[in-house]
This record gives sequence, C-alpha cells and structure tokens, in this order.
Amino acid sequence: MSAVAEQAVAAPPRRRLRLAVWLFTRSFSSVLGLVLVAAIVLLALLGPWIVPYPDDVQGGINLANKLQPPSWQHWFGTDEVGNDILTRVIIGARISLLVGIGITAAAALIGVPLGILAGLAGGRLREVIMRFTDLFLSVPGLVLAIALVAALGPGIVNAMIALILVWWPGYVRLAESKALSIREEPFIEAARVAGAQRSRILWRHVLPNSLSPLIVKMSMDIGQAILAVASLGFIGLGAKPPTPEWGAMISIARGYLPEWWWYAVAPGAFIYLAVLGFNLLGDGLRDILDPRSNRG
Amino acid sequence: MAGYLLRRILLAGLMLFGLVCLTFVIANVAPSDPAALAAGPDAGRSQIEQARRDYGLDKPLPEQFLRYVTDLLHGNFGRSVATGRSVGTDLARYFPATLELVIVAMTLGVLLGVPLGVLSALRKDGPIDHATRIFAVSGIALPPFWFGLLLQLGFATWLGLLPTSGRLSVFTEPPDPITGLLLVDSALRGNWALLGEAASYIVLPAIVLSLPCLASILRVNRAEMVEALRMDYVVAARAHGVTPWRIVMVHALKNAMLPTLAIIGLRWGWMMSSTVLVETVFDWPGIGLYAVSSAIAGDFKPVMGVTLIVGLNFMIANLIVDLLYGVLDPRLRRA
Repeated sequence: MSAVAEQAVAAPPRRRLRLAVWLFTRSFSSVLGLVLVAAIVLLALLGPWIVPYPDDVQGGINLANKLQPPSWQHWFGTDEVGNDILTRVIIGARISLLVGIGITAAAALIGVPLGILAGLAGGRLREVIMRFTDLFLSVPGLVLAIALVAALGPGIVNAMIALILVWWPGYVRLAESKALSIREEPFIEAARVAGAQRSRILWRHVLPNSLSPLIVKMSMDIGQAILAVASLGFIGLGAKPPTPEWGAMISIARGYLPEWWWYAVAPGAFIYLAVLGFNLLGDGLRDILDPRSNRG
Repeated sequence: MAGYLLRRILLAGLMLFGLVCLTFVIANVAPSDPAALAAGPDAGRSQIEQARRDYGLDKPLPEQFLRYVTDLLHGNFGRSVATGRSVGTDLARYFPATLELVIVAMTLGVLLGVPLGVLSALRKDGPIDHATRIFAVSGIALPPFWFGLLLQLGFATWLGLLPTSGRLSVFTEPPDPITGLLLVDSALRGNWALLGEAASYIVLPAIVLSLPCLASILRVNRAEMVEALRMDYVVAARAHGVTPWRIVMVHALKNAMLPTLAIIGLRWGWMMSSTVLVETVFDWPGIGLYAVSSAIAGDFKPVMGVTLIVGLNFMIANLIVDLLYGVLDPRLRRA
C-alpha cells in the first residue's frame, strides 16, 4: 500500500491524480468520511431552503407542540418550546461547520508562517518562537480555552477566539518540523545556488512541500474544533440558547432527560457524525498524500 | 543520565513559570472588573473601591504579579471573589475526586488499549483489526458529554443497574479522608459496602473519560507493534525457535511500549482537561466541575488555579515519561 502510494509521488500529475483517487476509493473508511463531510457541507449550504419548518430557525414559540416524540411530521421530535428539532439541527450544521473551518483556518494562518519562519531562520528567533509555542502547549487545550473564555466572557465569538488561541501552536510545530527537514534537501540548496530569493524559496519550494501534512492536519482539526465548540456550548461557555448550536442544544436537552430523551439524541448524533467524517477524511487523505507518516 | 535528568527538570520548571505568567496575563486582559464582582451586584462605588483594596487590585501590575508569584510559591492560589473562600483549600478538596476518576479511567485505557493493540497488530487487516479500527475512530469522535448522557439513560434510568450521577448517594455520609480517594479510603478502613457503592458510582464516568484515551493507546500500540513485528530481530528470534508468545510479549511489545508510554503521558494531561466535560455530565465533584461553575460566574481565581494544577499535572506526567524513557531506552542514558 505505502509502496504504491510512494510511486504516486514520482508519476506525472494526471496519472498521479488517478492513482490517488483509486487509492482513496479503495478504502471504505475514507469514502465514508468523504460522504459524511459532503453531507454536512450540503446541509450547511442548503440549510435554510430545505428545513421543514423555516419559522423554527430563529426559535419561534409554539407551546401546543412542545416535546413531541419523533413522528412523520417531526422526524427528531420537537423541543421545549415546540420547535422542530430536525430544523434546528440542520441549521446547527451551518454554525458548527463555519466555526470549525474558521478556527482551523485562523489557527493555520497564524501558526504556519511562524513555524516556517522559525524553521528557516534558526538561532535566537527560532528559540523564542518555539518556547512561546511550547508554553501554549503546556496546558491541555480545553482547560486553557475555558480559562480564556472565563476572562473574555461566554459567547460563541469569544469561544472561537479562545479556541484559535489554543489551536495555533500545533501548526507552528508542524510547519517548523517540515521547514527544518526541507531546509536540508538538495533542491533547496540548488535553488539557493541558482540565486533564488528567500521569498521565492519559501513560496515555491518550502510551502508546497509542507502542504500534504498541513491538509491532513486541517481536516482532522476541523472535526476536533467542531467538537470543542460543542463542548464549550454544552458547559454553558459557548453559544447561548436559543442559538441552534449542537452543544448548547444538548445542554438544554439534558434538563429534559430521561422522559424526553430524543431531544438530546439528534444534536449529539450530528456532532458525532460530523467529527467522524472529518477524522476519517483526514485519515484517508493521509494515506494518499503523506503515506510515510501513517501512524497512530 | 544525571545531566539529562537535570535538564528535563530545569526545563519543566521554566515551563511552569511561563504558565504562571500566562495565567496572570489571561486574568488581566479580562474586560470585566473582578472588584465589582467581589463587592456584589448591589454594591456602590465606595464598596467596589473597598473590595479593590481588599484584593490588592489597586496596586500597579508588576507589583500584583510579584505578589501573585510569591503567593503561589506559598501554595496560596488567592481567594474566589464569588464565594470569598480560599482557592487553595477548594482545590485540595476537589482534586482527589478528579485524581481518582483519572486514575481509574487511565487504568481502564491501558488495560484494554495495550492488549487490543497487540491483538489487532497480530491479526492485521483481519476482522478484529477492522473492528478495533472502527471502535478507535468512534472513540475519538464521540462527544464525551453526549456519550455520558446516553450511558446515564441506558444503564442508570432504563436498566437501573448503576447510579446516575455524583460520587456517593446523598444519603451516604462521606468518610473522613485519608488519601481523599474514596476507593482507597474505604478499602483501607475495610468498609466494603462503601467501596462497592463508590465503585458503582465511578464506573460510568470512568468509561466515558477513558474512551478517547483507550482509542489512541490502541492505535499507537497497534502501529508500533506492526512495525516491531517486521523488524529483523523478530525474524532472527523466530529463526532461533523462540516461542511466538515470547517473541510478541518480550521482543516486540517491549519496543512498541516506548511510544505507547509517550501517549499515556500525553493522555494523562488531556484526561485532566476533558474531565471537565465528564464531571459536568455526572456531577462529579472534582476540579473540572469547580472550574466550569467558576468560569460561568466570571470568577477567575479558581479557573486559573485549576489551569495551573492541570498544567502542573501535564508537565509532571511528561517528565515521568521522559525519565522512564531514559530508564527503558539505554541509548538515551548515554546521550
């Protein structure tokens, strides 16, 4: 498997792509990941047009209809003010996906340039950047995020800021280790000897060659960020009800257990499927993009 | 070895100081006014100023920082502005509950994760391997708070086998702490009924907390075992007629355990952090629940205290792993 994948690196672009697609579709879990991610993205894009009860998005009040069990009218039942849970979960996909992608992209935008800078510059500058990074990595993410939210105040925007601040150091580590190993490659030496400028070496040689592990990490991190935002929502530090955020929905639904159990089931299942999708997709992408680091 | 040890300890000390600085910065960028919170919602301006002086919040920042550091060196984490209680005392009261939960969950993770990892490596690409792969990927993706609610629903409400939440029944008088770990204390006192009760309460939260850890131990151990079983020394051992059991357990597993150990160290810290969610679901009276209730009230001192304790745990766990690496891997000892 990995021998085949390594051949892919040497083949011309079109055959390389075909081989990659073939490798990807051969793995059931990769395809499952892609399907789940595609489904979540579709729900997020089409959400407002496909939900069965558009009036329930903002959280209308329809007490006559409250806490209905799942039925043909309401597939996942209704919540404590009579809103259709399916509708709110679909709109929740929008929030979670946006927040997950936002956190990951912002963290990568902060972390990757710093990491490449540290790896190429070396010396004192590298020491400063890496020690600062280690500092943020010295506390597990969730606790640091809670500390930051406690200081900034609860809310979904502050939860996002806190998670970005927690997430960027991972990208510094990744980019630095890539830059360090690429720096020693003969083609960098060749470019330098040929008189290429530093910025050109960075842009044309270092960045493209660190792209594969970066894409893999970002795919995994979108899933983890969705989970982290939902976690903060659940403990009451993230999105506030009646925002249809999955974690916040579960935190309300918890008060209606055990009689009205279906209320908590749907949002949790969506978190699970979304995170699972991005994890499997990341795993599958790693098998074709970065086969040598296939671990864990 | 001594130099290696000393360098690691020195580095950990430096990181700890960095962490102290970080918590101080976080507490001071806060837009809300801790003095106003301490004085209460109906306080007038003079009472707020009084509270500001009482908590030393009127001093310049460098002086406040110096005091923060010297207080921490004396084990003083400050006072909660919401309750007025000492954060250090609160932490000492809540930490054993968290520690007990993390120890049980970690034991579960290692006892199940390592054998399952070995098994899936031996049956690579077989049905067991696929099953554990699906299990591991699910374990990392399942939201722990949701999984906890489902277990409560299934095992506590519907089957009635286990209690829903808490550390002991509300009717049970908690014993005077010896270690603070209920399972240990009740065993030491020979109070088997209490031991049984405490054990029944810890089962569900420990399962939820251990699942991601179990999953990642399993995956790492499997990958390392697959690698190790391909090595020349395994072929050599097989050619020499060493029994398969001995090849797996001694030759391969010993080598695969090093990276597994690193994951265990990392996961120890992560568990201390994800216990926040588990404790919230199960009303487990540990530092996680304490941090959440304080964070919601906008009371930073307890949150910063918990952050420091979790960070300290994380560093100590990594330090121990580094030292064990030195013991287990002779190449590092000479370096």
